[in-house]
Amino acid sequence: MTAHRSNLHRVLDSGRFAVTAEIGPPRSASGDAVRQRARLLKGSADAFNLTDNQTAIVRLSSVASAALCIQEGVEPVVQMTCRDRNRIALQSDLLGAAALGVRNVLCLSGDHPRFGNQREAKSVYDIDPVQELTVFRQMRDEGKVWGGDALDEAPNVYLGAVANPFADPFDLRVVRLAKKVAAGAEFVQTQAVFDLDRFERFMEHVQDKRLDERVHILAGVIPLRSAKAAIYMKNKVSGMSVPDEVVERMKNASEPKKEGVRICLETIEHLRTIKGVHGIHIMAIGWEDIVPEVVERAGLSPRP
Amino acid sequence: MIIAERKDLARLIGMLEGRRSILVAGCRSCVAVCQAGGEREVAALAEALRLHAAAGGLERSIETVTVERQCEKEWTREVAPMVEGKDAILSLACGVGVQVMQETFPDVQALPGLNTSNMGAPVEQGVYEERCGGCGDCVLHLTGGICPVARCSKSLLNGPCGGSQGGRCEIDPETPCAWDMIYRSLLRLGHAELLEVNIPPKDWTPSGHGGPRRIVRKRAVLEDEET
Repeated sequence: MTAHRSNLHRVLDSGRFAVTAEIGPPRSASGDAVRQRARLLKGSADAFNLTDNQTAIVRLSSVASAALCIQEGVEPVVQMTCRDRNRIALQSDLLGAAALGVRNVLCLSGDHPRFGNQREAKSVYDIDPVQELTVFRQMRDEGKVWGGDALDEAPNVYLGAVANPFADPFDLRVVRLAKKVAAGAEFVQTQAVFDLDRFERFMEHVQDKRLDERVHILAGVIPLRSAKAAIYMKNKVSGMSVPDEVVERMKNASEPKKEGVRICLETIEHLRTIKGVHGIHIMAIGWEDIVPEVVERAGLSPRP
Repeated sequence: MIIAERKDLARLIGMLEGRRSILVAGCRSCVAVCQAGGEREVAALAEALRLHAAAGGLERSIETVTVERQCEKEWTREVAPMVEGKDAILSLACGVGVQVMQETFPDVQALPGLNTSNMGAPVEQGVYEERCGGCGDCVLHLTGGICPVARCSKSLLNGPCGGSQGGRCEIDPETPCAWDMIYRSLLRLGHAELLEVNIPPKDWTPSGHGGPRRIVRKRAVLEDEET
């Protein structure tokens, strides 16, 4: 019997369909916004991702936001990008996060500073996300920092990674996922799924490599608020695939927000039928208060 | 080769304020090939500076010289007679050349006329692209002859990020995705298995993060009696 590192770990290992959701930290030195969202969303997901200066825009740190969530009784998933910290800082922040009670960590490369509001910043990328997983797993399992020195106490964290089935080259996506799993990823959250055909092809490759037996995949979903948002993601966000049909539905909707939720619910229903999908990850960017409704109407409430 | 481009004329004029006797020094190596600091560019810049001086009524003499290689003292020493009496050398060499000029002539300030950009190659007439990151621990045998350190916007060593689409990097549609190129090259070379190899955290000490780099080639070092 495995001792579970976190609630998310427990839910995924129990075979129940998991739900995670994203909380975007504010551009503020006050934690009130994080606390409010944590209170609002409490009970509607198994754990909540705190993004790490998403789109390279300075925000309240993901580790500090996670600590605020813990104070509110909500389990965090701390996102840690390789963009802003070298291996020394990443390892130090992992220890710091663990000391504050964080039990889920998501390793990712992070949005390039080109997309942010301080484009002249030097990006770090001392290590990449596969290597970040390698380093973190060594710290946890061997109780040693990457350089080899022993830790007095190892960080007991459940390690996650991201996957984007919609980026190119398509055949390399599952290869890269396999590398992340080999490096230590135990759960994976994907880019938002709108293009179910492509996602299903991705999951077929995942099954061919039997990766679904080694990692829990949570498919990303975004409830759309407007046709504009759909068009923006379709045309402006590299590595996103939004089918014309989705854009048309949003354009023709008399109440776009309701239509966005409907599309999201239909997507979740479909995702639940795909072998190897063990949960969903809701990214309601700037529209977090819709999450409880989505979870409720998807029949995924109450959470275990 | 080293790719560089000239600083804006306005910035050079600002840098030269107060200088009365200037030697504009070009280099016939890399920066001549990338048309930033060869003989032609030296002549053009000197002419522009003379016009500016004349228009502003400045008392200023501007002479020119182009060195075979500004990165080697054997060549820079040869222009000593030209440097004599100057109060500045405006070097149109890469950053290495500027420093070797300064080391050769420590009493005359060497000013940088170019911004040194990268180690790259001409890909078509007038277009130069970065190719090498000078990391000191080459991985090209693992990556199909395409450098992820210099050519991936995030220097990722284990595959493309989620922003690769249609062979393009997310940062800019003009930038090809290095990992898309690596993927195609490795397939073509029959080494797709390399795509599955986990590359561990890189040792960046030979890339300059271990302090300034110095290579001693013992067999090339002259013994006392030979010097």
